[in-house]
Amino acid sequence: MNDMTLLERSVEQTEIKISAQDVQVWYGEKHAIKDVNVDLLDKTVTAFIGPSGCGKSTFLRCLNRMNDTIESCRVGGRIALDGEDIYDRRVDPVQLRARVGMVFQKPNPFPKSIYDNVAYGPRIHGLARNRAELDEIVEKSLRGAALWNEVKDRLGEPGTGLSGGQQQRLCIARAVATQPEVLLMDEPCSALDPIATSQVEELIDQLRAEFSVVIVTHSMQQAARVSQKTAFFHLGNLVEYGNTDDIFTNPRDPRTESYISGRIG
Amino acid sequence: MSDATIEGAPRATQPKSSLLVADPHTRRRHAAEARFRAYGLGAIVISMVMLVVLLFTILTGGIGAFRQTYLEIPVTLEDAQLDKNGNRDPADLGKVLTLTYGKLLQQSLEKVVADKGIAIADLSAKDLSGLISKEAPARLRDQVLANPDLIGQTITARVLVNGRIDGYYKGRVTMDSALRDANTSPAQLQLADALKAQGMLATKWNWSFLTSPDASDQRPEAAGVGIAILGSLYMMLVVLVLAVPIGVAASIYLEEFAPKNRWTDIIEVNISNLAAVPSIVFGILGLAAFINFGGLPQSAPIVGGLVLTLMTLPTIIIATRAALKAVPPSIRDAALGVGASRMQSVFHHVLPLAMPGILTGTIIGMAQALGETAPLLLIGMVAFVKNFPSAPPEGLFEPASALPVQVYNWTQRADPAFIERASGAIIVLLVFLLCMNVLAILLRRRFERRW
Repeated sequence: MNDMTLLERSVEQTEIKISAQDVQVWYGEKHAIKDVNVDLLDKTVTAFIGPSGCGKSTFLRCLNRMNDTIESCRVGGRIALDGEDIYDRRVDPVQLRARVGMVFQKPNPFPKSIYDNVAYGPRIHGLARNRAELDEIVEKSLRGAALWNEVKDRLGEPGTGLSGGQQQRLCIARAVATQPEVLLMDEPCSALDPIATSQVEELIDQLRAEFSVVIVTHSMQQAARVSQKTAFFHLGNLVEYGNTDDIFTNPRDPRTESYISGRIG
Repeated sequence: MSDATIEGAPRATQPKSSLLVADPHTRRRHAAEARFRAYGLGAIVISMVMLVVLLFTILTGGIGAFRQTYLEIPVTLEDAQLDKNGNRDPADLGKVLTLTYGKLLQQSLEKVVADKGIAIADLSAKDLSGLISKEAPARLRDQVLANPDLIGQTITARVLVNGRIDGYYKGRVTMDSALRDANTSPAQLQLADALKAQGMLATKWNWSFLTSPDASDQRPEAAGVGIAILGSLYMMLVVLVLAVPIGVAASIYLEEFAPKNRWTDIIEVNISNLAAVPSIVFGILGLAAFINFGGLPQSAPIVGGLVLTLMTLPTIIIATRAALKAVPPSIRDAALGVGASRMQSVFHHVLPLAMPGILTGTIIGMAQALGETAPLLLIGMVAFVKNFPSAPPEGLFEPASALPVQVYNWTQRADPAFIERASGAIIVLLVFLLCMNVLAILLRRRFERRW
């Protein structure tokens, strides 16, 4: 495993990318997210931690309106991306999702070639004017996802034929290819082995240079390794949000302390 | 959290049993499993035997329809009889009736019998003329009208023989049964044998079964499934053009776009119910809606196609929805996650993955429609049709028959030769169904991808 030393903690960035105020989510009658207020910073990795069913994934999916696909889900409050309310009537979720990319828990490459997987986003958003530009985007994205060297000779092969870790990095490359501003990751390593996990974690740290990354994780070690900011969710409430160092070394709330020390969850 | 070994853990209280001896409980479970396997195997064996019996019956009964007995005799097409004016004017030629050609054939046969010195006791004139099929003069007439230059020549005419003579060479008619038969006699059969010995009568491969139209009760030897095949093809064309786009579009909308509420639930239940509605009900619906209200012609493939479309839609919709449901939601998430619209996610990713299932369902639905009889009876497809419909689109509005209806029709007729024809038509129908199934398998292979 990687060394457990905490990464460089200095959070130079102070620019707010996503600002959530009084966010409420209901699934039918169930009140899943209650009064969440949080400001996510640009070019920063923010980790959402908390026990299962605490709403961290739900909140993550609110940030690019993936919850719209769930029939019974209602969202209240205000979530602003660069100051614009993403739940405004005029906002097209399709356009929003191009700016707020997402990587899912289970690697889900399209059953197409590796090239087509990465090129799909740029194609539908018209990011490339010709084949050469598209090639360039694909190469850049695959390099960005630390996958280029492994697949450059077999771009025509199906993405589903890669190993689990490679598939997940392919999904990251696919998300990166649409040139988003924010990258949401829903437990991206939960289906991966430790080696693949460490590769993805390294990748997340590199991605921080260009994107604001939000990662949901069950592993507190992972949160500590990759994130600069950490938010702890419990039973639909945002219990504590702060610098990762502070959360892990000096939690203010007793529930955070219990969770971190393994007493709840 | 726990140690690998725990001190003082309770040991199993039961006395240790040997692994080498199965305990009674295990034996019972294995016996149950063995019984279940036997039931399953029995079911398979029974169904295979049934299938073999079915195929054997149909094949032995119907293969005869593809062979037909023909008489080949020299016929002199005399000017004096066929073209009195000698000017080969088609209008004048057309005035010469089939009856004249019948006499011509009869004279030619008499001449052959006399020339070859065939002498058969008790051979009446009726036996001699009855050897030739009632359809034969009409075919000879068509041949001459198509090519008037034949008049004046002596041609070797290929003449259909009576269905009883044909049946004699297929084992349907024997000397004994001919004795009791008003339509043939042992003398006639002996004549046929004598002609066969001269090499003038032979049972050959019968293309005309596949190409000729239906024939009347008196001439089973001339009946074919040509119009029925064409009518069935036209109807399948209508079903393909209408049912597939409508069915697939409806299922995509219901599965991927429609909100899940009470209305869509009601629609869903009703589609499932429609799939269970007896097909004859669709026939009544078609009669009322398309013929009485819509004013479309009776017996026309367009009406048949529309009725079968209605009948096939639920099958296609249910199969397509199942195929769409089977596509893992993670693919939809992946597409939406990179900013694809709902429609892009469906058409770029979900639909290609669902394609094998959709194709299978569609082809099963079409195969079902191809074999459907009851609704077609109600919209007049059961009519006797002698003229081929023209090419689509006009042909869709002209009377035609359909394969299953033709089978039904022929089984109603008295002459046992029609039973053979009916089995032959079933073979044609089965071949069509088999082709469609092969197509389904090939398409499924072609589109199948793993994820």
